[in-house]
Amino acid sequence: MRAPILKVEDLSVHFRIDAGEGLFRHDYQTIKAVDRVSFELAPAETLGVVGESGCGKSTLARAILGLVAPAGGRIAWLGDNLVGKTEDEMREKRRQLQLIFQDPYGSLDPRMTVGQIVGEPLKNFFPSMSKMQVRERVSGMLKMVGLAPEQINRYPHEFSGGQCQRIGIARALVVNPRLVVCDEPVSALDVSIQAQIVNLLKELQKKLQLSLIFIAHDLSVVRHVSDRVLVMYMGKVMEINDSERIYRNPAHPYTRALIESVPIPDPKLERERARRALGGELPSPTHPPSGCVFRTRCPFAQDKCAAAEPPLEELEDGTRVACVRYAEIKGELEL
Amino acid sequence: MALLEVNDLMVSFDTPEGVVHAVNGLSFDLEPGQTLGIVGESGSGKTQTAMAMMGLLSENGSASGSVQFRGQELLELSTRELSRIRGSKISMIFQDPVSSLNPYLSIGDQLVEVLTHHRDLKRKAARKRAAEMLHQVGISEPGQRMRQYPHQLSGGMCQRIMIAMGLLCQPDLLIADEPTTALDVTVQSQINTLMGELSEKSSTAIMLITHDLGVIAGLCDKVLVMYAGEVMETADIDSLFADPAHPYTQGLLKSVPRLDKAHSGILSAIPGNPPDLVDLPEGCPFRARCPHAFDKCIEHPDLFDAGEGRHKRCWLDELPPLEEEAEQEEHA
Amino acid sequence: MTARAAETEATERQLDIFEQAMDKRTVKGRSLYVDAWHRLKRNKAAVAGVAILLFIIILVTFGPMLNPWDHEIPDWDNYSTPPSLETGHVMGTDALGRDLFERVMVGGRISLLVGIIATLVSLFIGVAYGAVAGYLGGRVDNWMMRAVDAIYALPFMFFVILLMVVFGRNIFLIFVAIGAVNWLDMARIVRGQTLSLKNKDFIEAARVSGATEWHIISRHIIPNLLGVVVVYVSLTIPQVILVESFLSFLGLGVQEPLTSWGALVNEGAQELETAPWSLLFPATFLAATLFAFNFLGDGLRDALDPRDR
Repeated sequence: MRAPILKVEDLSVHFRIDAGEGLFRHDYQTIKAVDRVSFELAPAETLGVVGESGCGKSTLARAILGLVAPAGGRIAWLGDNLVGKTEDEMREKRRQLQLIFQDPYGSLDPRMTVGQIVGEPLKNFFPSMSKMQVRERVSGMLKMVGLAPEQINRYPHEFSGGQCQRIGIARALVVNPRLVVCDEPVSALDVSIQAQIVNLLKELQKKLQLSLIFIAHDLSVVRHVSDRVLVMYMGKVMEINDSERIYRNPAHPYTRALIESVPIPDPKLERERARRALGGELPSPTHPPSGCVFRTRCPFAQDKCAAAEPPLEELEDGTRVACVRYAEIKGELEL
Repeated sequence: MALLEVNDLMVSFDTPEGVVHAVNGLSFDLEPGQTLGIVGESGSGKTQTAMAMMGLLSENGSASGSVQFRGQELLELSTRELSRIRGSKISMIFQDPVSSLNPYLSIGDQLVEVLTHHRDLKRKAARKRAAEMLHQVGISEPGQRMRQYPHQLSGGMCQRIMIAMGLLCQPDLLIADEPTTALDVTVQSQINTLMGELSEKSSTAIMLITHDLGVIAGLCDKVLVMYAGEVMETADIDSLFADPAHPYTQGLLKSVPRLDKAHSGILSAIPGNPPDLVDLPEGCPFRARCPHAFDKCIEHPDLFDAGEGRHKRCWLDELPPLEEEAEQEEHA
Repeated sequence: MTARAAETEATERQLDIFEQAMDKRTVKGRSLYVDAWHRLKRNKAAVAGVAILLFIIILVTFGPMLNPWDHEIPDWDNYSTPPSLETGHVMGTDALGRDLFERVMVGGRISLLVGIIATLVSLFIGVAYGAVAGYLGGRVDNWMMRAVDAIYALPFMFFVILLMVVFGRNIFLIFVAIGAVNWLDMARIVRGQTLSLKNKDFIEAARVSGATEWHIISRHIIPNLLGVVVVYVSLTIPQVILVESFLSFLGLGVQEPLTSWGALVNEGAQELETAPWSLLFPATFLAATLFAFNFLGDGLRDALDPRDR
């Protein structure tokens, strides 16, 4: 692997929630939305991040961009630690780090035209650019994401969801960033449009040599897009694995459960698949289980899983997994 | 006799932008105990079909055509007669389970209300029946759950409760509108397994509305593919997936990446966007996005009989089968 | 041909199809406000409201220029005469023989001016204060809103009477008094809206786009508040006019010989039995204005309703 462009070490983000107001005091509880997450990202690599809602994947994305303040850890961007930087310093960094949102309409200011939306980062990051230059660059960008430059004066509500997502992509890429974090970019779109956007992202990544962090709850899309996949559960990393390998040889019981839950559009296969649906519910984030957080739902859980939190260990093939029973249950996890 | 016969159903909405034609001449029927999947993207009219059947269209909407439920014309019923059928003979569950429950009433009260209203049960008997039902949908400690309020439960739990509520009066038909779209994959799989078991055990027919072909594949007997308010194709579940007869169905199947297959470069997306329902194009509504469109498509195709109980709305006699076409593309 | 080349070609083909399928007819976009304007034009009550308001504004602006009478100087031949074309007093005269038409027009100027200026004052203070409190949030928001609560707690009438007593009766003071109280409401409404806007994705997107906090407030928050603010303004103006009328009715408002609709209604009410027209005309104008503003406000609210988006 080439020298990483981004190296995240033991990153934690905590939220304090109000647990009710007493007469004289506030009760606060801490949620570890992201808990000691570590990973690396190479230039032009795509890392998929999957997990259920509330697993901290969106918070991780926002922490990397400095939109939420981490409680600890390091985010080394080209060797420079982003944790502890001021808002002004982070603003400068965001020329290289961009974000694509889930909600295609909600992420565009309804009072602005497409030209103003896509041009905004240029005006902020390159105040010396002339109006003509901005317009030219915006038109070129719109063309690149498959929109007609003639539509530059239109407003978001005049576009379909898929087209709005293209506008969002254009806004993120207009400043030539090196890393783009995509937070569920296709989950709000229709099936036929999803494929268009996925293709567009892949194509642009190749063309512009972008590094991508692709967050989604849909494993089939993540596998399709990513080189490696990171699986999160309750703020912690369960597994980091190569995207081809992870779907045949998942190393963590949770990964396997996720894969098994995805319905396959083939009636014969679906009927034959012995579904081992994951039982139970997500534990309360304010009172996570001791030891391994997944043990309350894990079909392989034993007493020792409750004793200590399993470390994220690197295996011979480069897979990283946080499971104390990995060696024993390896054979049973294969799909 | 079919349980439900829908004939030439039209639904339109009067909006400031013009008349929105949400459903245009939809016909299908459903046998007792059958599970019908309705697939379509947003704006295909799948939800509005269900809403029209239940008399739940918003104020600016109007429906014409015929919806016969056990020989009774639903579109002509008064609100009062309809509300007697809703919840007892036909029940419906929605995409967002948490907001479909009343936040101010306990789960138990809401379940009991359905029974005392439709079945004339005494409160005590109703509570017992409700607890049994909760047990059936896989909820442990039903007694305790019935004292809780919707916001204290997870989305998956609320959807189980909605299903329990839908099945309380042993309806003949359960309409499920995207019941798992708002839920996580692991919970979706739990709910789907549950629905599968229930449809096997009970004689309730299910109309499952979704955009996810994977969900349909595991649950349904028959599928109806909708686009721009019209049926594009109907078939039994196996032949639809093995040999889709309509270019739109093919496009849908090809555009989803699959976990069980090695991944192959780019996805074959359907280009373009769905048509504007205010200003529908002439001829086949899928024409503008169809890779096989030819001059005949400017005429509106009927829903042709394609043999073996299948129907398709397409002028083409034969489509190149799924796999072959994919291979050809690779060779090119 | 390599697989990659085939892939790129396929993508390009798709993009071509996509571009062809795309609509290139309209180049100029329709903003949400243009849409709202079209909806407003279809609302008959609102259009009637606008027409009435325009008519009243034109009348009070130009009416006095065409009218030979003065609002201060009595017509010594006509005390308390009913409306008549012969005397030239189309609305009659008051007990002092002053032309009522002229006085209603001049009073209208004052009433509308008080309404509009006091509302504008509260608009600027309230929007800035509320947007800043809502956007910054946390402790700043807490302190700013507690200050609002404190001012709220002052009894309004007491405050006005105090001002009048200390500084004497003065039209300017009425603006100040009403504006000073009304901006509190505006600040609260704007703060609430800002709080909900702040959590929208496009605000985060603006941060990612390198926007400074000031830029976010001025370019993203305030333009998106306008809808609510416009509706609120159209409902505040009549409210302020009413407050002024009430003050004048109590004798705390404008000072003779100047007048306002409220003062005229007060005078008219005292002569209800002898000269009913001196109540009828100012009251009609006042009521018509209030109705028109309320119709307009309701129409604006419907037109800007986000559910239609």
